[in-house]
Amino acid sequence: MRELADGSTLLYIDRHLVHEVTSPQAFEGLRLSGRKIRRPELTFSTMDHNVPTTEDRMDIKDPVSRAQVEALSQNCEDYGVTLFKIGDRRQGIVHMIGPELGLTLPGMTIVCGDSHTSTHGAFGALAFGIGTSEVEHVLVTQTLNQRKPRTYKVEFTGTPGPRIFSKDFVLKLIGTIGTAGGTGHVFEYCGEAVSALSMEARMSICNMSIEAGARAGMIAPDETTYAYIAAENRPYAPKGDQLDRAIAYWKTLPSDDDAAYDRTLTIDTSRIAPQVTWGNNPGMVIDIDQPIPEPDSLAGYSRADVENALAYMGLAPGTFLTDVPVDVVFIGSCTNARIEDLRLVAEILKGRKKADHVQLLIVPGSQQVREQAEAEGLPEIFKAAGGEWRYAGCSMCLGMNPDQLRPQQRCASTSNRNFEGRQGKGGRTHLVSPQMAAAAAVAGKFFDIRKWPET
Amino acid sequence: MESFSTHTGIVATLNRSNVDTDQIIPKQFLKSIQRTGYGPNAFFDWRYTDDGKPNTDFELNDPRFAGRSILATRNNFGCGSSREHAVWALVQDGYRVIIAPWKEVNGERVPGFADIFRSNATKNGLLTVELSEEEIEQIFSAVASNLGQVATVDLPSQKITFQEPNALVFGFDIDKGSKERLLEGLDDIALTLQYEEDITRFETSYDPYIPVES
Repeated sequence: MRELADGSTLLYIDRHLVHEVTSPQAFEGLRLSGRKIRRPELTFSTMDHNVPTTEDRMDIKDPVSRAQVEALSQNCEDYGVTLFKIGDRRQGIVHMIGPELGLTLPGMTIVCGDSHTSTHGAFGALAFGIGTSEVEHVLVTQTLNQRKPRTYKVEFTGTPGPRIFSKDFVLKLIGTIGTAGGTGHVFEYCGEAVSALSMEARMSICNMSIEAGARAGMIAPDETTYAYIAAENRPYAPKGDQLDRAIAYWKTLPSDDDAAYDRTLTIDTSRIAPQVTWGNNPGMVIDIDQPIPEPDSLAGYSRADVENALAYMGLAPGTFLTDVPVDVVFIGSCTNARIEDLRLVAEILKGRKKADHVQLLIVPGSQQVREQAEAEGLPEIFKAAGGEWRYAGCSMCLGMNPDQLRPQQRCASTSNRNFEGRQGKGGRTHLVSPQMAAAAAVAGKFFDIRKWPET
Repeated sequence: MESFSTHTGIVATLNRSNVDTDQIIPKQFLKSIQRTGYGPNAFFDWRYTDDGKPNTDFELNDPRFAGRSILATRNNFGCGSSREHAVWALVQDGYRVIIAPWKEVNGERVPGFADIFRSNATKNGLLTVELSEEEIEQIFSAVASNLGQVATVDLPSQKITFQEPNALVFGFDIDKGSKERLLEGLDDIALTLQYEEDITRFETSYDPYIPVES
């Protein structure tokens, strides 16, 4: 919108998404300064991090969680912000409902006080996470002061093997460049393996851009994008002539074929094996058939880093994860709780039972996904397999609600962060694709999904 | 916003890379709707044992770091979640400066701090300083050999000076905008509102596909 004297840019924000955790202090700032929200009609809010996912979810028993959720209701009411609260069929994880409702569109600038805002980049939007001070800044000015990031082209070539998913693509990327490899950059994901993906699968990749250090990751809009936006039940998406005009504009957005990038990386997806993290950051990842690394053997990490990670995870070098039992399987989060993910899980669980010692949680990312799954008969498959079918929320991804790991419990999780304590203090998280998670529930330990019997 | 010009204090070291904001302030403390009260809970899971006592194995609980206000650590500090609570916790726990190394990987410079953390830090008057890995090694050695090592961080001259016996001086870079904001403790929102006419002109000249519920 305007270049400033210090070389930064004042960037206009087209969509501001708000949730209960990172907004209360920003609203408090408005109250203290007497300022108003400049464009409440561009601001949308939901409750996700604190909400319980069980039948009795409307009654939040933790008083601190309840106070935070109530504060959001009050703030949205006082300042005229649209809120999808618990009980609303449009409620869900903020990064699920933006695309679902047609709020997320190509070419937009989208921000949210949440690092996984990068998810929305799957539509060719510039979308990134911000802190609470910036939330307040956007509420008041509808702008953000930003420095132009460097550009990083990540090309996924080739055709992936059976049961290799976009989650494996992005874990492979993070393992290759490390959790700071993309810091200061915005990724653009491209290549035939990305073009072939659904919007749901593209969102899983963009979602984890931040785990490689990049605040944003984008994919150029194409026919797959337009078809997703034109689908029914996207109340905020343009329709009819407006959509036609929008698509004509969106077609001008993709990068030129000869565009120059600050950095480039090519990953051949035909060589990607099922990925599983073994350590305490998403870059500590191996192929399912590789052993846990030796402390001295890992490029980019000190011996102390690896030893700390192994001690926390309760793992010894040389171990194969296919020999390691899991206690909990979590299918959910803004990374992998879309309808396509649940269908993939159902394909594995159909007619099978989870191992007796495993707790299996299946948490749809939004109430709309929950409804869709019910219409397709998926919950019956999950329940017959011994799984718990829940209501929408962040759930066990970050343990701000009752869904948490106990100390030393080991979890195969479709979420995005295996940080220490993330899913519950002392909990041991292994990030995997939805089918790898489902297979671990049945096998009772990690399983190489490429060997899953075809039925 | 809190300003920052010059600070002198005891330097503590944390020998971990990729310290994520989940470690700096764990999830349960994010339920607060206040801006204060986070300090005692910084690094909670590492800092305290299960019975709530200080964990003597945790480096920052070393008695010789009592009263520290400068933290030297390893690469990629503040990665992960965007929670500004992490910065609030560090500031409220007494930190004014965090020093972390950039490192070279395959000929590319990997920054010492995660992007969102650094942005949040600047907005709260917490200075982030990037040095080389060699310089950070010198700091770790100096702190290990000298109980209560003191350093002065001077933002106007962009220099860190370690006091005797380890008289070390390091220069550091900082972008002009962040430096000005830190020195003057400016209110970012008030600064942007100087451009309100530009914002209004932009809004009226631009068709952003404003949501129309059908």
